Amino acid sequence: MSDAAITHGDNPTGFAHQFEELDQQHDAGRLGMWLFLATEILFFGGLFTGYTVYRSLHPQAFLLGSHILEVKYGAINTAVLICSSFTMAMAIRSAQTGKRKGAIIGWLIPTMLLGATFLFLKFRFEWYHDYLEHTMPGFGFYYRPEWGAHAPQVQMFMCFYFFMTGLHALHMIVGIGILLVLTWMTSRGRFTSQYFAPLEISGLYWHFVDIIWIFLFPLLYLIRF
Amino acid sequence: MSTTATVENLPNASAEPQVNYLNARYGVKSWLLTVDHKRIGLLYLCTITVMFVVGGIAATMMRINLLEPQGALVEPETYNKLFSTHGLVMVFFFLVPSIPVTLGNFLIPMMIGARDVAFPRLNLLSWYIFATGCLIMLYVVCTGGVDTGWTFYTPFSTTYSTTDVVLAALSIFVAGFSSILTGVNFIVTIHKMRAPGMTWFRLPLFIWSMYASAIIFVLGTPVIAITLLLLGVERLLHVGIFDPALGGDPLLFQHLFWFYSHPAVYIMILPSMGVISELIAAFSRKRIFGYSFVAFSSLAIAIISFLVWGHHMFVSGESIYAGLVFSVLSFLVAIPSAVKVFNWTATLYKGSISYEAPMLYALGFLGLFTIGGLTGLYLASLSTDVHLSGTYFVVAHFHYIMVGAAVMAFMGGIHFWWPKITGHLYPDLWARIAAAIIFIGFNLTFFPQFVLGYLGMPRRYAMYPAEFQALNVLSTAGASVLAVGYIIPFIYLIWSLKYGPVAGPNPFGAKGLEWTTQSPPPTENYLKIPIVTEEAYNYETAPEPEVVRV
Repeated sequence: MSDAAITHGDNPTGFAHQFEELDQQHDAGRLGMWLFLATEILFFGGLFTGYTVYRSLHPQAFLLGSHILEVKYGAINTAVLICSSFTMAMAIRSAQTGKRKGAIIGWLIPTMLLGATFLFLKFRFEWYHDYLEHTMPGFGFYYRPEWGAHAPQVQMFMCFYFFMTGLHALHMIVGIGILLVLTWMTSRGRFTSQYFAPLEISGLYWHFVDIIWIFLFPLLYLIRF
Repeated sequence: MSTTATVENLPNASAEPQVNYLNARYGVKSWLLTVDHKRIGLLYLCTITVMFVVGGIAATMMRINLLEPQGALVEPETYNKLFSTHGLVMVFFFLVPSIPVTLGNFLIPMMIGARDVAFPRLNLLSWYIFATGCLIMLYVVCTGGVDTGWTFYTPFSTTYSTTDVVLAALSIFVAGFSSILTGVNFIVTIHKMRAPGMTWFRLPLFIWSMYASAIIFVLGTPVIAITLLLLGVERLLHVGIFDPALGGDPLLFQHLFWFYSHPAVYIMILPSMGVISELIAAFSRKRIFGYSFVAFSSLAIAIISFLVWGHHMFVSGESIYAGLVFSVLSFLVAIPSAVKVFNWTATLYKGSISYEAPMLYALGFLGLFTIGGLTGLYLASLSTDVHLSGTYFVVAHFHYIMVGAAVMAFMGGIHFWWPKITGHLYPDLWARIAAAIIFIGFNLTFFPQFVLGYLGMPRRYAMYPAEFQALNVLSTAGASVLAVGYIIPFIYLIWSLKYGPVAGPNPFGAKGLEWTTQSPPPTENYLKIPIVTEEAYNYETAPEPEVVRV
């Protein structure tokens, strides 16, 4: 225990009773989130495994399936998410360097807006379009004649596409919810340059969700090139 | 652990009745909103006991049915639902959570000298998630059950079964999140919450084994979660993920399923190995022989457990080369398991052994686990597995591990820490009688199944040829004895809550931080955070700890 350690005697905000020092609480939160992200990797890992197996079994069908997707929207969304990672990092940086709460919120709100933009593009211009074009498995999926005998496996590709991007979108929605809570906490003045662990830990989650997309984009959209 | 810590953490003997975690607050709300790891452990204990009874009833009906070759009790369709219910409930709602969520929750913070787990609210949340999973499963059982077996093998589960597969899978999916959160909580707690002086190599071996099983919780459970989601999508939309007619591969389901479900076997056995280490040290008054080997063998089991899943598919179309590799890897896992058994045996050597009830369970564990482990080698060998796969030999083998070892250790652990949890002693004579009855009943139930399996009786069948009847009747008779053995502790443990003598802080004279505080412990476990100055199980060099019974 160093002299500088913050203990219960100092009575800082957000300090839980079960810990001895504030640093210990920070470390525990960070480790907890990293472990949770490990479970998330295994969670998505099942889908990546399935994708890999079936792509190696049906390479031609996956190629045909990839042509259904619009690279344009995938690319725009990739850029949107990378920008949101930047604004998220800046929000944490602002808290760390003790900036006013307005500065922190000023980075959190663009992060949320970028996340919402991603979801809007995804649902409005991709999913809804697929629904209208009968390329959504389970909702009147139509075997196009040009696919020939590959049609069932093209459907399987689209199934993986919806499953993977859907699960990713679900994580984005949860992430935006977390950001809303963080914005509220910031506006209540809960974070200081000494206590900003919730921001940092949520940032880890946000970046993780982005990185999942960085893998999904080439696997789903770019394999046709 | 030192005598000073004992004095500091015990209130004055002449003081008023002690305030502890049980009497600090009263009322249903104080339990349902508690964040105290000890109370959450008890919430879990009640929940899994209910599930154990449900799974037990299903098993009883199966055994009754098998009294006669043509089936004595139920239609074959009902029998399918019975063994599915038995498997699903016992695996996912009793054995996987059993020791970690009850004893683990109660003991991890106490053993490492912490006030609570790292994330107490998350801990409570994980109980609520688990309870939700239990309710969904009970709903499925009550509204017609499920007939896929606990393995949900495709294409039967996705295409042909007419029962509520999706809801059953959902209950496992939900309960899985509880496992994940518990695993995260335990790992962080063990890393970050240890008391001053509690180094990694001073940790009780129970903590090492809980750490190893938490790794499996964290890395294995998400895979079964995504697998069950895929299963649900395939069943609801029929898009061909596991359907060969549409380009899917049913074997992929088996790979994904067993990638979790084989490590899950070690989730069931690793915590019980931790309990056994504590019991054998305490009742032979010796430090565990080869402490670091036992500690690292837990981690080795956790790691190797992820590399052996393919031995479930030797006869279901896996390539012969994959089979070879998985066979070798499966043999490897026997090494750390044997290291533990040899070290426990060496601990007993020249120890001053006493035969209280928990120790009887521990000794029973040693024998039954050895039989269960050695018969596993027959199933890990490619050639013998072809003959034995899908027979009662497999059933007997994994029941020796899951019931003979895991449940014995669970019972032993509950008996060992019961005085600490409740503050009361149970009647030791009854406890010893019950332990003996369970041991006899267990062997009578499952040993004949080795023979049945070797003779070729397939598992999961409601009927069998007449020449197998004698052994089946023997097995059912054993199951009745086993049931009696489980009912007796249920009665005297409940009885002890009100009428049992006051236990005092350390009724067994055991070493370990949890015995240095009052029984039941105060809400924050210790009046003052202990400072650890010695290694675990320091029975030989330190003076004999006083048996403190108030």
